[in-house]
Amino acid sequence: MATTHTHSAARLMMAPSVILLFAWMAVPLGMTIYFSFLRYNLLMPGMEEYTGFLNYQYFLTDPAFFAALTNTLLLVGGVLAITIVGGIAFALLLDQPIFGQGIVRILVIAPFFVMPTVSALVWKNMFMNPVNGLFAWISRSLGFAPVDFLASIPLLSIIIIVAWQWLPFATLIMLTALQSLDEEQKDAAEMDGAGAVSRFIYIVLPHMARAITVVILIETIFLLSVFAEILVTTNGGPGTASTNLTYLVYAQALLQFDIGGASAGGIVAVILANIVAIFLVRLIGKNLEA
Amino acid sequence: MARKVSTRRKLVMSAIAWTLGILIFFPILWTVLTSFKTEAEAVASPPSFLFFHWTTENYAQVQERSDYFLHFMNSVVVSLGSTFLGLLIAIPAAWAMAFSPTKRTKDVLMWMLSTKMMPPVGALIPIYLIFRDGGLLDTRTGLVIVLTLINLPIIVWMLYTYFKEIPGEILEAARMDGASLIKEIIYVLTPMAIPGIASTLLLNIILSWNEAFWTLNLSASKAAPLTAFIASYSSPEGLFYAKLSAASTMAIAPILIMGWFSQKQLVRGLTFGAVK
Repeated sequence: MATTHTHSAARLMMAPSVILLFAWMAVPLGMTIYFSFLRYNLLMPGMEEYTGFLNYQYFLTDPAFFAALTNTLLLVGGVLAITIVGGIAFALLLDQPIFGQGIVRILVIAPFFVMPTVSALVWKNMFMNPVNGLFAWISRSLGFAPVDFLASIPLLSIIIIVAWQWLPFATLIMLTALQSLDEEQKDAAEMDGAGAVSRFIYIVLPHMARAITVVILIETIFLLSVFAEILVTTNGGPGTASTNLTYLVYAQALLQFDIGGASAGGIVAVILANIVAIFLVRLIGKNLEA
Repeated sequence: MARKVSTRRKLVMSAIAWTLGILIFFPILWTVLTSFKTEAEAVASPPSFLFFHWTTENYAQVQERSDYFLHFMNSVVVSLGSTFLGLLIAIPAAWAMAFSPTKRTKDVLMWMLSTKMMPPVGALIPIYLIFRDGGLLDTRTGLVIVLTLINLPIIVWMLYTYFKEIPGEILEAARMDGASLIKEIIYVLTPMAIPGIASTLLLNIILSWNEAFWTLNLSASKAAPLTAFIASYSSPEGLFYAKLSAASTMAIAPILIMGWFSQKQLVRGLTFGAVK
């Protein structure tokens, strides 16, 4: 047996992936940490100096940070609530015997494949525009004043757009889980006299627990970093009404050129994401053994 | 035991499902319809749903006024380039982890997954500065590099879950029959690995095509893929709904079709094999 030989070959085969990913993670992160301790503005080159935790102090005490943190949590929470509930409902519906099931399924998952800038601009202009949008036309037809969605309820509007993009993902995963449920188990419960509601609560829901957890964790990772949808609809405004952490760091770095402050913000975002990531790694790690 | 369902119940369920399905799909349908209207009809009140003067001139104008084809090609080059480069790097790694696992294989996989969880703003500033100094801003090469790296963990993971399903006994059987290593790879392993590689390829093209954090931040005009090009419609002048719709329809059509073919793989790829 040439195990040592095989193992060194295996190591060689893994090396490019491991080295590249390590570099991709460590180099930018190291630089961001380094920058976060500097007073560093692109408009004042050559003036960089060590400032200790001053950038963190400024970033964390900035009212914009608190607003962005709240908005980030509302955005993640709102989209999760809509997509989980909606996803379970759609999955249950699509699991029923219906005519043209395949086509309905294709219609429902379609939004997932639309690029973020397209879906944001389509919603912004053709649906939410207070003059020419379809929603404005509907409310005028019903005798109401049209709502200026992105000006008066910017965060909610973005939540709606992002939820539309992620509903298909939740639906698809819930449906996959649902279809692996043993029919006989449901039949047996039915014969024992369990109603539809108790069948759902005691059989279907526990079976879907893992899928729901996966959806929550994976969506959270992506939703913490929503960016394009905000950039093309509201630019984070009015004021900071729809600024999330990702957008705040972007604005500080590439619009105000404050590299030091933005880096401190980036590190704060990394720490927040890590808290979520710990749970995800545990969960998937457990499933890996199964 | 097949469940008996009354036809009435099936009809009601179908009606509900179809109504909701069409509602969810409606923004896409509306975009496609609007792309065939004139600009005046695109903002007409009441809106016309089907009975308007169908025209294809928006498609011609989008190309004429903004060199649509260049951005389309940028998207093609960047998503295909990063996908193939990613596969080239990932196939050996996934192969080694699936067929010659060690005690640390699982840790390596989990670590790779964890790199995917770093929020992009944690890396934005250094990458932007490195790209600026290295002349990589607004280049296809730069975008290919970044997209390869951000999707590499997903590619490795997906390939790994597929490769692991190839039964090792088949290899042993082939070896007993006297197949050489080369023959073993060509006749036994490759045919079994190709479906997994194809699925990975498909999902990764979709993800790269729609990636909109790095492409927006690292490209401006020359190398801007469709994500960034469409974003330039956010501050337009005059009437533009029909042209926005035409540009959008062309941007999403190819990926929508690919996406419909890869529903199953999508679940597996995006949940890192946790839901199959």
